[in-house]
Amino acid sequence: MDAKDILGIPKTTPSLPHEKKSRPPKDSQRKPDGISREVYALTGGLAPLMPSIDVNQLKKKTQAENEKITWQWLPFTSSARKDNLQLYHWVRVVNGVPPTGDYSFAKYNKSIDVIKYTDEEYEKFLEDPAWTREETDQLFDLSARFDLRFVVIADKLPYSRTVEELKNRYYSVSRAILIARAASPADVSGHPLVKEPYNLAQETERKRALSMILSQSKHQERRDAEVYAEAKKIMEARMAAKAAQDSELIPISTGGAGDAERDNVNVDDESPSNPQFLSAPPISIAETASASASLRKLRVYLRTYGFEQMVQAASSSAGLRTIKRVEQILQDLGVNMKPKVPTKTVCEEHLELRKEILTLLNLQKQFQYKEAEGSSYREGSYPETPGTPKSFQRILDQDRTFIPDSTCFGGEHIVKRDQKRKAPGRPTDASSSPANKRPRKLKNTDE
Amino acid sequence: MDQNARSEPDPRSPAKRLKDVEVSVPIVYGTISFWLGKKATETQSHKWTVYVRGATNADLGAVVKRVVFQLHPSFNNPVRAVESPPFELSECGWGEFEIAITLYFHADACDKPLTLFHHLKLYSEDEPGTQSIKKPVVVESYDEIVFPDPSENFFARVKNHPAILSYVSAPLGLHSGRIEEVNEAKEEETKDHPLSQWFKNFSEGDELSKLAAARQQVQGHIVKLRNQLSSMNGQLESVVIECD
Repeated sequence: MDAKDILGIPKTTPSLPHEKKSRPPKDSQRKPDGISREVYALTGGLAPLMPSIDVNQLKKKTQAENEKITWQWLPFTSSARKDNLQLYHWVRVVNGVPPTGDYSFAKYNKSIDVIKYTDEEYEKFLEDPAWTREETDQLFDLSARFDLRFVVIADKLPYSRTVEELKNRYYSVSRAILIARAASPADVSGHPLVKEPYNLAQETERKRALSMILSQSKHQERRDAEVYAEAKKIMEARMAAKAAQDSELIPISTGGAGDAERDNVNVDDESPSNPQFLSAPPISIAETASASASLRKLRVYLRTYGFEQMVQAASSSAGLRTIKRVEQILQDLGVNMKPKVPTKTVCEEHLELRKEILTLLNLQKQFQYKEAEGSSYREGSYPETPGTPKSFQRILDQDRTFIPDSTCFGGEHIVKRDQKRKAPGRPTDASSSPANKRPRKLKNTDE
Repeated sequence: MDQNARSEPDPRSPAKRLKDVEVSVPIVYGTISFWLGKKATETQSHKWTVYVRGATNADLGAVVKRVVFQLHPSFNNPVRAVESPPFELSECGWGEFEIAITLYFHADACDKPLTLFHHLKLYSEDEPGTQSIKKPVVVESYDEIVFPDPSENFFARVKNHPAILSYVSAPLGLHSGRIEEVNEAKEEETKDHPLSQWFKNFSEGDELSKLAAARQQVQGHIVKLRNQLSSMNGQLESVVIECD
């Protein structure tokens, strides 16, 4: 766990030479005592942020019967001190015998052996055009004095050097001396200073990247998020256009939509104002093709099964929400989600209908996108332009007329069902909406 | 299965398969259940029949060799095979359950079986509580058995059979044409089945007209939306030009 972990930066930079190697994983995976298995599983094996000590564990620690414990204010000596200062502290005394030995915190008084070089060695190995002998001496004095706390050293030095420069000089000097003094290079090849030399460029870059992330303002973060959101929107719009283009390639069988309109839209799509709607390779066609190919590989299948496969393939490029909407519209149109008489023609018609609904939804999406684009133009530069907002609103309203229309259909559907129950097989026409004229005709010839 | 295929002309050999032809067998499967009225006992309240029939009651024997019905395990010999048409099975019972119906075909058609599932219905949901001895509860489903790229032999044998429809598959996405129009002899073929008066008629007409109406409406909306989009593009461009 270090700053990189905290900032969520992948650990690609080589660890500093004096850094300890990470512990073997099994240490961290063993469940510590006093934590229930479930709780430990939640931490994912990471050390908990809060100290987790079982309270019962503490209570269990009862003293032995014959122990008499007192706390006394006693003097102590510490091997970490060289000045013979006499200090006192409270100490736990068991059965009247005070603890002996060194002060228990003395072991934490670590000192670092900073290499001392001779004049001869300096001339032989350590000459560096960027550093004078005086500067180097000062650096090593301070390194010993401040235990390699380079930030402090940089502060104390009379000349201005970056922390990285100091580290680089210190480690390269130590390394050169180490190698020079060794009997053979193999003797010191395992030494961390030799094995992992300090990489000045890398460390400088690492620090720069860290400070960049840390100094990022809220405003910048928000702007980044906006850019990402915008990029995502563009991607989605492109996908929608792709899907729309695909369904465009499938001819509308009855030719109800004139070619003129289709050409119109194609021209629009190629207009420079919306390059994101330019053509893309058809997806759903490929999907349906592969579905029907795999169906044909079967020796035998049920029509309903084949139908389901084709429906799945045709909507594979659509999102879950789009699929739900398609089904909602089917229901509103009074079409059985699964044909009751799944003949080949019925299934094909049903699939065509689904494709058309997908096209319609894509057009609606494009429409909304355009509408947003238009409104942003208006808001941005012409907030007071009369006329245009009105017409946009009108178009939007027309777009929404689909829903009321279809609910009318849904209502009729229910009526139909009711009548069917009473008098099966009788043609029923509860509503006289113009869209219903065709079915009535067909029905008469059918029954 | 393999031995069968070897003794006859191998139906799997690709040379003998008819590409882009589809043999389709419209079937209806389901159950008819009669309440036994006064004769009903606690364990035998209904007499029911499960069956697979041609959609127009034509004989399925030309395609289907054997049908295996899997009943609820509480029946004696719950797995029952019917080796010849009519493929049906009558039983008495008191409970509803799902019946697995496995169809086995003649070797030239297909060596793989096909399984359907049907839920036996004894009690009408439309009119709960009103059981009558005379009016049975009928639940039927329509489906089609599809043999894609049939073997030449099979196709030659069944193409004029009243139970069969054949199609030539057209290139993707386009409508395929039916080779044989609905056989006129079909109605005459209808066998005098004792239960035939209860059989339902499945006609695609109703479904097709609904679909046609729906497509018309959707296409109308597409056209409208496209017009709006194109007119909006014009407006947008003019706005852009003004902005510039």
